[in-house]
Amino acid sequence: MNAPMQPPESRYAVLDAAPRRARDILLRWEVILVILLVATIVVNTIVSPYFLDVFNLADATFNFSEKAIIALGMALLILVRQIDLSVAAIVALAAMGIGYAAEAGFGPAGLFATGIGIGILCGVFNGFLVTYAGLPSIVVTIGTMSLFRGITQVILGDQAKTKYPAEFLELGQSYFIKMKESGVSWLFIPPIPLSFLIFLVLTAIFGIVLHKTATGRKLFAIGSNPVAARFSGIAVDRLTFLLFVVSGMLCGLAAALLTARLGSMRSNIAIGWELDIVTMVILGGVSIAGGVGSILGVFLAVLTLGLVTFGMSLNNIPGQVVSVYIGLLLIAVIAIPRIADKLGLRTGR
Amino acid sequence: MSDPILTLSGVSKSFPGVRALHDISLSLQPGRVTAVIGENGAGKSTIVKILTGIYRPDAGEIRVGGEQKHFSSPRDAWAAGIAAIHQETVMFDELSVAENIFTGHMPTGSTRLVDWAEMRKKSAELLKRIDAPIPPEFKLKRLSVAQKHLVEIARALSHEARVVIMDEPTAALSANEIDDLFRIVEQLKAEGRAIVFISHKFDEIFRIADDFVCLRDGEKVGEGPISSVTEAQLVRMMVGRPVDQVFPKRDVPIGEVVLSVKNLSNATEYADVSFDLRRGEILGLYGLVGAGRTEAMQGLFGITPVTRGTVSLDGRQLSIHSPSDAIAAGISYVPEDRQDQGAILSLGIRENVTLANLSKYVRGLFLSRPAEQEATRSLGRRLAVKAANWEQRLGELSGGNQQKVVIAKWLATRPKVIVLDEPTKGIDVGSKAAVHDFIGELAQDGLAVVLISSELPEVMGLADRVIVMKEGRIVDEFKRGAWSAEQIVGAATGAAKEAA
Repeated sequence: MNAPMQPPESRYAVLDAAPRRARDILLRWEVILVILLVATIVVNTIVSPYFLDVFNLADATFNFSEKAIIALGMALLILVRQIDLSVAAIVALAAMGIGYAAEAGFGPAGLFATGIGIGILCGVFNGFLVTYAGLPSIVVTIGTMSLFRGITQVILGDQAKTKYPAEFLELGQSYFIKMKESGVSWLFIPPIPLSFLIFLVLTAIFGIVLHKTATGRKLFAIGSNPVAARFSGIAVDRLTFLLFVVSGMLCGLAAALLTARLGSMRSNIAIGWELDIVTMVILGGVSIAGGVGSILGVFLAVLTLGLVTFGMSLNNIPGQVVSVYIGLLLIAVIAIPRIADKLGLRTGR
Repeated sequence: MSDPILTLSGVSKSFPGVRALHDISLSLQPGRVTAVIGENGAGKSTIVKILTGIYRPDAGEIRVGGEQKHFSSPRDAWAAGIAAIHQETVMFDELSVAENIFTGHMPTGSTRLVDWAEMRKKSAELLKRIDAPIPPEFKLKRLSVAQKHLVEIARALSHEARVVIMDEPTAALSANEIDDLFRIVEQLKAEGRAIVFISHKFDEIFRIADDFVCLRDGEKVGEGPISSVTEAQLVRMMVGRPVDQVFPKRDVPIGEVVLSVKNLSNATEYADVSFDLRRGEILGLYGLVGAGRTEAMQGLFGITPVTRGTVSLDGRQLSIHSPSDAIAAGISYVPEDRQDQGAILSLGIRENVTLANLSKYVRGLFLSRPAEQEATRSLGRRLAVKAANWEQRLGELSGGNQQKVVIAKWLATRPKVIVLDEPTKGIDVGSKAAVHDFIGELAQDGLAVVLISSELPEVMGLADRVIVMKEGRIVDEFKRGAWSAEQIVGAATGAAKEAA
């Protein structure tokens, strides 16, 4: 038998952080996305003279801002190994509620509150089934996708809701900063649509919560190892429930913005959005296995996808081709880090 | 005695930092049951894994029917006629009984497609041979554990196995089911097969075994016909080593009662667990695997609901419904399953250390990285964690260092009571000594420690007092200085009378 060991002293230095290595930084997901984004802009600028026009670009954000808002909630859900496939159906249900509320004479604030309220209720329903009933979220939300959309279809049939107060419709078309004919000539402020501004503000809030607060750290822990997270005193179920509610709330907000922009809604509103939104999140580098991801990544992916779509439509490339391109892009971007790992190019972190 | 079916000679196996088996020789005779006994970690499972082709020995040879064999996969072992029935069955829940029996060697017709009728017929015959009335078309998940064992035996018969290894087959069985199993064992014996029987339960060993092989620390310390030994002798053989020198006990003054647990019970796994724990005291919780120690402590920590009983800390009764309640009250629990319950391998050391009390590192609204780094540095150094940097992912560290980080996480919560569940399971010898020393230091610092361990030397080396649990209840208690290894093992296995 060995002699008893002496209490070990710390005889070696442990660094606070790993030394930064150029290739680790270069192969970070966010950096790959920035390169992709720049490439998208450069190619489009060469191909079309109309691409790099701030007014065109500002208009282009209308087409993805509502989805992008929902993608922020989806990113957190996927981070903790959940998913909400009912998002587009919640948008439809909330938009229908907004339509009825508008007919009942609600003002813009009331209509936004209606949409957000319905979204929250849907999120509570999803969250309850996932956390308290312990059902897998993919099954639950495939079910509620059908359920919420079905309710909308049953109530509306072929009907469309088209009566909204003028102030509400104005919000949907509005720019937070209006295009100015004149002003301070050396200070250029680009026009920013309201929905895009809301997305920017939410991105900042979500980024700060996820990356700077204790709550954000807990989400990473849950996504990495839900059992160990629970053993560490983290209220896994409560946080998961909350994320479904947040997701529903964002859907309600997006429904209000979308309805205001379109000025009408039918039961097929926002159909198929759930996969576009999941695509944004996955391209943004959030691991479907949980525990990995950043809001910056999702933000960059949203911009990239938005600009790709916009650039292609400027050049009259049909939607099917856009879809082929996005498919290839997603697979390529996901494959690059994996292949880099296999080749041993990346170290730990 | 006839020629042995299988012999091992000079077999050794090492893992980094651990000598699992050293120079083991044994032979299995046809028609005899050989019991392999030893404490947890003595090397029993390693032998099973070598015999079944999961591990390859570093040295030594295996002969089957006189012919030397090299198993490079479980398939080779099957082919040589060796089949194992595992503690937890390794079969396919969603497949039928017949498919499970014939996994890997399904009967096929001339078309090379599976001949289902033939497979069901053969399965029914095999099951009939062992008197197991299980329909071959049932899905495995519909069966009880005992029935699953029978299916495994049928699978062994389908391979015409000459050696059948049973690794704690009775762990989850009722008395009647054990009787059924033993009847089949007798039948297999009568058919001239050799049986390896691994169990912790002495009554079973003496009932079924013909021969025994006793292991300790990877070495063979005894063998012979079971009739030549008594339970007391076997127990002594298993534990017989000078334990007190290995883990020097620190002399710590024991203070007032900190934790008082009364009649803690849940629906099925443990009942009426009561004990007091004092400041500076290390309380060992000993028992066989499945005795309810982990379950009771997880109930105490709020992970699983408790149906009855009270927990008081410093005289104040607690109401614990979740781990965060327990942490807030000053109770920490370092779980047994480090990979799944303790460590978050994909996060860094800092993120792991601060996880159980994140709010302490919040300045204003945000987490303060300097505050986190400060805590990580000081705890990491105190536990002598070996790492390149404090941001390194836990998955890149050795098991021992992962365990140190997990303990650091719990110390960061500044607990009054810390429950350590098998804290040295699966870690290397060096880290083990460091963890042992550290447990002593914790007690010296005034913590009250509950140490769940299946390693008797560890418990006897560190604890001031040992509580023994068996089948969900506390069956005995021993004080330091007034105990013997034989008494403790005797209480845990139910061999108390003979061993005393």
